Amino acid sequence: MLLIYCPYCEEERSELEFRQAGDAHIARPTNMTEMTDEEFEAFFFLRDNVKGLTYERWRHLNGCGRFFNAARDTVSDKFVTTYKAGLPKPDISALRPATEATVETYEATESNAK
Amino acid sequence: MADLATRTLPLSGFHGGSGAASLSAAAPATRLSLRAKADAVSALSLALGLSLPTRPKTSASGHGRHALWLGPDEWLIIDENGADMMGAVASSGVLHSATDISHRNTAVIVKGRGAEVAVNGGCPQDLSLAVFPVGACSRTVLGKAEVVLLRTAEDTFRVECWRSFAPYVSGLLNEAAEDAGN
Repeated sequence: MLLIYCPYCEEERSELEFRQAGDAHIARPTNMTEMTDEEFEAFFFLRDNVKGLTYERWRHLNGCGRFFNAARDTVSDKFVTTYKAGLPKPDISALRPATEATVETYEATESNAK
Repeated sequence: MADLATRTLPLSGFHGGSGAASLSAAAPATRLSLRAKADAVSALSLALGLSLPTRPKTSASGHGRHALWLGPDEWLIIDENGADMMGAVASSGVLHSATDISHRNTAVIVKGRGAEVAVNGGCPQDLSLAVFPVGACSRTVLGKAEVVLLRTAEDTFRVECWRSFAPYVSGLLNEAAEDAGN
C-alpha cells in the first residue's frame, strides 16, 4: 500500500483515501470562443503520457476532500513530492537525489522494492 | 384515530461486537455539514458555542456538541441533545454554507480494549494513541464505505457513516470486533 502525503492534512495517508485526477498545471485558455477546434482539442484531450517524472492532480477524496498536486514517477510509482493546488511546480532536482535515476523496467522496480 | 407514521432509525436497537470491542448504535443526533472561509470561523464559533478547530484531525467538544475538522474549510457538527443548529449558525451573520444532515448520517459506537483493532479491520489509518489521540477525528474509509471517525475516549470511537451504508459498516465492524478477541 502506498502512503501519500496530503499537504492539507499534513500527514501521510493510505492510497485508498485518494483518487488521481488527471494532469496538473494545465492552464485553461482565456480566449475559448476564439479557439480553433485543433487548439481546443490540444487543450482538452491531448496529454503527454510521459515515462518518468510527471505532474498530476490528486484528490484526497475520502479525507479532507481537497485537490492538490503531486510530482510522481510513472515507472516506479514513487511520489517525489506533493504540494498544495495553485502553487508553481517545485524544484524537483533539489528533492530527488542525483543518483536516483528513473527505474526503467518493471522487473527492476520489483527487485528494488522497499 | 389518526394513523401516524413511525420513524424507524437506521440500526435501531443494534448491538454487537465481542468482549474486546462492543458495538452499539449511537443515539439520534442533529448534524450539520458546515463550510466557511477562515474569516467566518470566529463568528460561527461564537454562534455554536464551540471554537471550530482549524488544525487537521482535531475536534472540539462540549455539552454534548462536537465540531470535527474535515477539511480546511469544512466541519461536521454533531449535537447529541437535538439542538437546532441551523438556526444557531444562521444567526451568525457571516457568509457560510450549512446543510442539515441529521438524517443522512448515523453512527456506531465502538468501545473496548479492542476498539482500535476493530476499526482497523476496515480502516487503513494509524489509530495508535500517539498518532490518533482522544479528540482526534478524520474522514476516512472503512472497507468500501466512507466514514468519519472520532475518538471520544482512549477505548471508544464514534464511527459516523451514511445511513444507507449502516448495514455494511455495522456488519464489517461486527466481524472485525470478533477478530479483536473476547
